[in-house]
Amino acid sequence: MLDLLWLVPTLPLLGSLILMSTPLSRRWVITVGVGSVGLAALLVASILQTYLIMGTDFTYQQTLWHWITLDSLQIDFGLYLDGLSVVMMSVVTGVGFLIHWYSAGYMEGDESYQRFFCYMNLFVAAMLILVLGDSLIFLYLGWEGVGLCSYFLIGFWHQNKENVIAARKAFVVTRVGDTAMIIGLFLLFLQLGDLNIANIVTNASSTFEPGSLLVAICCLLLLGGAVGKSAQLPLQTWLPDAMAGPTPVSALIHAATMVTAGVYLIARMHPLFLMSPQVMHVVAVVGMLTLLIAGATALFQSDIKRILAFSTISQIGYMFLGLGVGAWSASVFHLVTHAFFKALLFMAAGAVILAMHHEQNIFKMGGLRKKLPLEFWSFLIGSAALSALPFTSGFMSKEMILAATWFETDAPYLWWGGLLGAVFTGAYSFRLIFIVFFGPSTNTSVEPISFLMKPALLILCVLSLVGGYFVLPLDGVFETAIASSDEPHHLPVAMEIIAIAAPFVGLLTAAQLYLFRRGTSINQDKEQGRSNAMQEFFFSGWKFDQLYENLIVKPFGWSARVNKNDVIDDIYVGIMNVSRGLHHVLTVLQTGYIRWYVACLTAGTTVLLVLVLSGH
Amino acid sequence: MTEDTILGSQVTLFSTVILLLVGGLLAWVSESLHRHAPKVIAIVTQIIALYIILGWYPASIPIEDLVSSSQWWAFYQQDWIPRFGIQLLFAVDGLSWLLLILTVLLGIICVIISWTEITKRSGFFHFNLLWTVAGIIGVFTALDLFLFFAFWEIMLIPMYFLIAIWGHENRGYAALKFFLFTQISGLLMLISIVVLAILYQQQFGVFSFNYFDLLKLNIPLDLATWVCLGFLIAFMVKLPALPFHTWLPDAHTEAPTAGSVILAAVLLKTGAYGIIRFVLPIFPEVIPLIAPTVMMIGAVGVIYGAILAFAQTDLKRLVAYTSVSHMGFVLLGVFALNERAMQGAVMQLFAHGFSTAALFILVGGLQERLHTRDMRKMGGFWQLAPKLAVATLFFAIASLGLPGLGNFVAELLVLIGSFPVDPVATIIASIGLVLAAVYSLTMAQRVLFGDVPDYLKSNTKGKFFLPDLYPREKWVMFSMAIALIWLGLFPQPVFHLSQNAVNQVLSAATNAKTTDIASTSFLIQGAGL
Repeated sequence: MLDLLWLVPTLPLLGSLILMSTPLSRRWVITVGVGSVGLAALLVASILQTYLIMGTDFTYQQTLWHWITLDSLQIDFGLYLDGLSVVMMSVVTGVGFLIHWYSAGYMEGDESYQRFFCYMNLFVAAMLILVLGDSLIFLYLGWEGVGLCSYFLIGFWHQNKENVIAARKAFVVTRVGDTAMIIGLFLLFLQLGDLNIANIVTNASSTFEPGSLLVAICCLLLLGGAVGKSAQLPLQTWLPDAMAGPTPVSALIHAATMVTAGVYLIARMHPLFLMSPQVMHVVAVVGMLTLLIAGATALFQSDIKRILAFSTISQIGYMFLGLGVGAWSASVFHLVTHAFFKALLFMAAGAVILAMHHEQNIFKMGGLRKKLPLEFWSFLIGSAALSALPFTSGFMSKEMILAATWFETDAPYLWWGGLLGAVFTGAYSFRLIFIVFFGPSTNTSVEPISFLMKPALLILCVLSLVGGYFVLPLDGVFETAIASSDEPHHLPVAMEIIAIAAPFVGLLTAAQLYLFRRGTSINQDKEQGRSNAMQEFFFSGWKFDQLYENLIVKPFGWSARVNKNDVIDDIYVGIMNVSRGLHHVLTVLQTGYIRWYVACLTAGTTVLLVLVLSGH
Repeated sequence: MTEDTILGSQVTLFSTVILLLVGGLLAWVSESLHRHAPKVIAIVTQIIALYIILGWYPASIPIEDLVSSSQWWAFYQQDWIPRFGIQLLFAVDGLSWLLLILTVLLGIICVIISWTEITKRSGFFHFNLLWTVAGIIGVFTALDLFLFFAFWEIMLIPMYFLIAIWGHENRGYAALKFFLFTQISGLLMLISIVVLAILYQQQFGVFSFNYFDLLKLNIPLDLATWVCLGFLIAFMVKLPALPFHTWLPDAHTEAPTAGSVILAAVLLKTGAYGIIRFVLPIFPEVIPLIAPTVMMIGAVGVIYGAILAFAQTDLKRLVAYTSVSHMGFVLLGVFALNERAMQGAVMQLFAHGFSTAALFILVGGLQERLHTRDMRKMGGFWQLAPKLAVATLFFAIASLGLPGLGNFVAELLVLIGSFPVDPVATIIASIGLVLAAVYSLTMAQRVLFGDVPDYLKSNTKGKFFLPDLYPREKWVMFSMAIALIWLGLFPQPVFHLSQNAVNQVLSAATNAKTTDIASTSFLIQGAGL
């Protein structure tokens, strides 16, 4: 079964190529578009089964072809299967398939139905290459590939210029990170002479001195790539705007899979990061700050998708926090459960948006609990998992991360930050639910959603609840990390209770404001949302956009405009003008009159004579 | 060079050039017979030339073993002006063979895409096109420096006519600028060539312009620096590199589509070829002294070209400045003096050849349809002409260096190869990757997305109208896209083909005759550098 591994990314790629090449009827678009990912998911399921039989230490490598062979540079395109890539591959194809299924219904009325599935299939193929690639270069191919598909899909409705601008912003901001990452690859190659991930990991310990500046720089550059893709501080600004894409895209790319690529990268390269404790700490602090900033921002949003976008940034912040304290398995676990419940939330949000005739402002919704029961329950389960309420999948994974931060005694603020973030999470999740699904209902009629969208919601509801009981085969991957710490980590009971209570604090606050005093709070939000400077600050995502606008975008645009005509050319134009001027001066002398020439000749001779004579 | 190092001696080397020159004359006179006759003659001539060139490949050797066989595949030598030791010396190795294939392929594409654009004096147009191609083929094969210079001029003059006669609004200015830049820098090269021949006469008793003879020269360093600069500036003007690039935006913008395609895809490559083939091996002592500066010029050029590309509102000018940016990578890679970076530079010659040529064809197509190149008058073309839009987006993405396409392979290798040599220049050039995304996507956004401008509304039906790609254009775009994907996924054959040449150049350039570094730096200062 394992030798069919190459087929996993190939299936969606083929699907994409078929959709690209010929116009098909709607039925065939669904068959190819959803079917290719479905087949890939089935294949992954059987590979997973084989893998689990082999045991968690098992790894499998499949070389596809030799890409470049130049003196010492040897780069092969190959696939690498271990516990981590099995987990990622399962999430990508599994959740990916559900979202494709749902999209078949969600995009039903769109004229570019085929183009949508073409991009989506291409995305899944690129994402699979990202998680399966055995060298950093092949990974980078997938890495840029998903970025490109993200660009296509954010700007999917390209008639609206704002969508395209958001798409460009997403691509360019992540490319800043990607460029840091590729410089990191150059440095790693220079030091290790290889870009194969397995070789880097084994050779790193003998090449680098633990804690040295060199390894720190390598890790920081890789971290640059990770924060770009995963929308962490300071490159988080693209993700909220990326919500311009169709909602299934937000579910697939900007919640479940692509944005977690940074987490995957760091987890994949964890032996390198373990050699640089300082950078590990940076990762943790980045995660903590991001989760707090994004969580606080989510509290002030009015667009249902932007709330979820900031929530995604915040949850990936938790994953980074976990990575930073060395809780690799916990972070990957949270990645998986987050894929379930955030995909669920986005798809439920998509259903609400469709039902509300493309209305995304939560203040224009209300009392939808009765009208949209499936969406309500999906939201409730998703939000419960998101806020890490007990007995949900999110609880299990977030608890593991928080436990790991508690034992990071050097930096107690990490734990307190995580805890405060949990309060925020509870508050913004249930604020959304209370506003949208409770209170007086609005008069608008509700459109029934397509039957194709429902099964995916139901399955993800189940997964969001029980996903926490999955045992991920990660022991083989992270054994070095586990050996270095004293497993199992468990919080002291008092701290455990505080951790469990935190989201409830947020929940109750939200209930107090938006359930019991609903009218006043919503009016305040509506009226003061833009006028109050502090609320404006939070609403805008802490003014990061304005900061970059003034610091980078405007100066760049200005310098480009000023030099539009290329100052260097002025030198040549100058030379031209000087010679043309001399030409005019000399033409003036050529009058054509004999008397003028004679006069000049006489004058010249006289001057020369004077000069010669006076010289003696 | 002895005979046993050559795989074959072929008279076809010389006759290919003759074939194209004669074909050009035929195309010119045939216009009176039929209005399509020049185009047909131009295509047929070039297909025959392509066939001959393909035949030079040593078919008996598997591609992986090329590196262990002889560098030179085919060779032709005959006296021309014996008194000065000037010969008709042609030779082909893997590197020049690759460039020849690129040249003729794009020459054929040029005829196809100008099928309807050129209505005025079609015969003379195709004469000039074929003569330019002939000149370029001569440049890529001539190994007698006098002969090389002759071809250098042959490719310039027909190109001047192409711009000056069939160009756009400001064609006179652009053509003259192109001519003056190339001509003045060519003069520097001519002086350098003559100095080399005289030096050879002083050291060996006879004049020679033969490349293999001149490699044996032992040139005093102060003189070598000047002579080297003569060559280098000529090639840097052609490439173009900062600060000699300013002819290019004008020439590209004003040239007819075929002119821009030949300029961008092939003519610029003669500069890179010249540096690789002549500057590096002939002046090994000078190279280490100038390499850091030249690398930095390349890196800064990447950024500078990218920022200027972003600033443009004229679509064709934008594409022209991306060439400046991309050619910066070539300069960086070549002067890093290692195999990886140089192979990356060679790959860039190809990848840029296809991606930029395709963009020029698309821009030319848009100009033919809209009679404007101003991006402020464009927008929403995805809705009107989806095939054209997909093609534009594809090549825009290729030019931003997306992995999986040829340009990425090139830029990756250049950067990975030059990083150990000069990390600062490499990091500067890497920033170009971000800026490439900025200008490419901004261009896509302005042209392809958003609202359709009102003036495209056709009066009768109130609908927007813009003809999509014609089948002819579609197939050209498709094959160029396939070429880029192929280069991106399976680049190794290109490396196999050019490896011998690259290795030879590198060993000549890095095994410099021993020089005293202290005295050389003194001399360089003395020379005012």
